[in-house]
Amino acid sequence: MITKEDVEHIGWLARIEISEQEKAEYMEKLNSVLDYFGQLDEVATEDVSPTYHVIDLHNVFREDVAAESLPQEKVLANTENKQEGAFKVPRIG
Amino acid sequence: MVYENPDGVMIGLEIHVQLNKLKSKMFCGCSTDYHDAEPNTHTCPVCLGLPGALPVLNREVVKAAIKVGLALEGEIAEETQFHRKNYFYPDLPRGFQTTQYDYPIVSKGKVVIEGEDGEHEVGIWRAHMEDDPGKLVHIGSIEKSKGVLIDYNRSGMPLIETVTAPDMRSPKEARRFLDKFRNILEYLDVFDGNLEGAMRMDANVSVYGGTRVEVKNISSHKGVEKALLYEIMRQKNVIRRGGEITQETRHFDEARGVTIGMRTKEEAEDYRYFREPDLMPMKVSDWTPKIKETLPELPDAKRARFIEQYGIADMHAKALTSKIMLADFYEGVCKKGTDPKQAATWIADVLLGELNYRDLVISSYDGSTIGCINDKDHSIANSTRVADMVDLVALFTDGKISDRAAVEVIRTILDGEEEKTPLQVIEEKGLFKAEDDLVTKAVAEAITENEAAVQDYLGGAEKSLNFLVGQVMKKTKGTADAKTAREMLVKELKG
Ligand SMILES: [Zn+2]
Repeated sequence: MITKEDVEHIGWLARIEISEQEKAEYMEKLNSVLDYFGQLDEVATEDVSPTYHVIDLHNVFREDVAAESLPQEKVLANTENKQEGAFKVPRIG
Repeated sequence: MVYENPDGVMIGLEIHVQLNKLKSKMFCGCSTDYHDAEPNTHTCPVCLGLPGALPVLNREVVKAAIKVGLALEGEIAEETQFHRKNYFYPDLPRGFQTTQYDYPIVSKGKVVIEGEDGEHEVGIWRAHMEDDPGKLVHIGSIEKSKGVLIDYNRSGMPLIETVTAPDMRSPKEARRFLDKFRNILEYLDVFDGNLEGAMRMDANVSVYGGTRVEVKNISSHKGVEKALLYEIMRQKNVIRRGGEITQETRHFDEARGVTIGMRTKEEAEDYRYFREPDLMPMKVSDWTPKIKETLPELPDAKRARFIEQYGIADMHAKALTSKIMLADFYEGVCKKGTDPKQAATWIADVLLGELNYRDLVISSYDGSTIGCINDKDHSIANSTRVADMVDLVALFTDGKISDRAAVEVIRTILDGEEEKTPLQVIEEKGLFKAEDDLVTKAVAEAITENEAAVQDYLGGAEKSLNFLVGQVMKKTKGTADAKTAREMLVKELKG
């Protein structure tokens, strides 16, 4: 059962603000998702090995070859907040 | 003797090693050669975490992880996969780190170290692959910082994180473990430990079986030892005053040599690990036999072989194999026909001692020369050539120079402004051993010119003999062998 506190906690972890109205709404929606997983518990899975990935593929690799990187101007093109070739953000904590 | 561990100290380590010898990053083609580059010049949509960019794993990262796992005598997982570790910090552009959670590639290994009471086994719980965050640079001091600059050149660098069991019982054992561990990695040729940020460590420590405290982000082996010494003392003091150790993460202030409690978060850490859907699971345990064949001779095996093959003392074999480049240098000298025992003494005792004295660490060996850098400021120091060591040992064993002169040659080569061969140094400084008749002459002169000292000595003042020996050395400009000079004086005076 997902409580209002759980919704607030999830919101804090994702750094999003949630209004009181949204909290009630999300609580209901998340609980219905949880109920759906409850149905899965009813399926007998003793002899089924776990699925690691929905696509039945493994060992996808690239060779260790260096390629061109982006030029610095392009990297910083989408921000106003830059200094000496670096991204600039407010101090932390 | 059994080490009692009176304070019940238990230390465990987590070590992050950057696979900086690979050509490209972990999930993208950006070059790993960024250490002297401008900020944000080695980045792309993948390592900048731009929307829609997809990671593809570098095969060599997996191979390196298996290599490390085998060298640590660990088990390689049948199935292994990546997880996302979710948290917000500006150095992490995607809001998660790609790491391994419940299916690490390596588990259950061990490393044998020289412990407080002889050989001591440290268990390895796991080793896994993960990517490095970017680098933050604070504008001004951390306390008064006006802002933070982010350079993502490091973002996406491949790391191997190794987690040990809390099997170390003193800061010294932790230091020994790190030295050995780094040595093994250098033998495997998977990383260059001299590059900035190549190895970062977290240490956890408890006393009397109590609560453990974690000290985060220490950048040197000496730093780990110092941080642990301080932290053990702090915990013992808290307990002595009747306090309680609380579970916390502390930060090590290297300049002040103290650990400082970090502000505890109101909410417990909640990383919401889940399987990384953009990366496919791996079944790579069948690569193991082939990789095993490519493993080099590791430190312990090399040490045993040196004793067997060259007939040298274990103490010398241990010192010579403590660094792959030094071991190769030693064998290079032996191959030129130098007596292995003499070579071991001159390299392990003298050369290594002189390097340590100058805070120099060996950083390269190209088959003919070892290069050194200063451990403190990373400046490049004078190198030492195999050919020079061969010549020097030959000059000494042929009786052309005294041992004191040979040491002086090594010092001059290490400290000199220009590159010189031992022969050049010996000629310039006149270090050739004096001919016997020259010493005989000096002895005779010393006796006739210093009658008072001679009488004192004959009257029982042993100290006066030292004075006379000094006179002989002065007359021969230090080229006489002091022991021979003393013997000749005694013979001359007392018959
Ligand atoms: Zn990239």
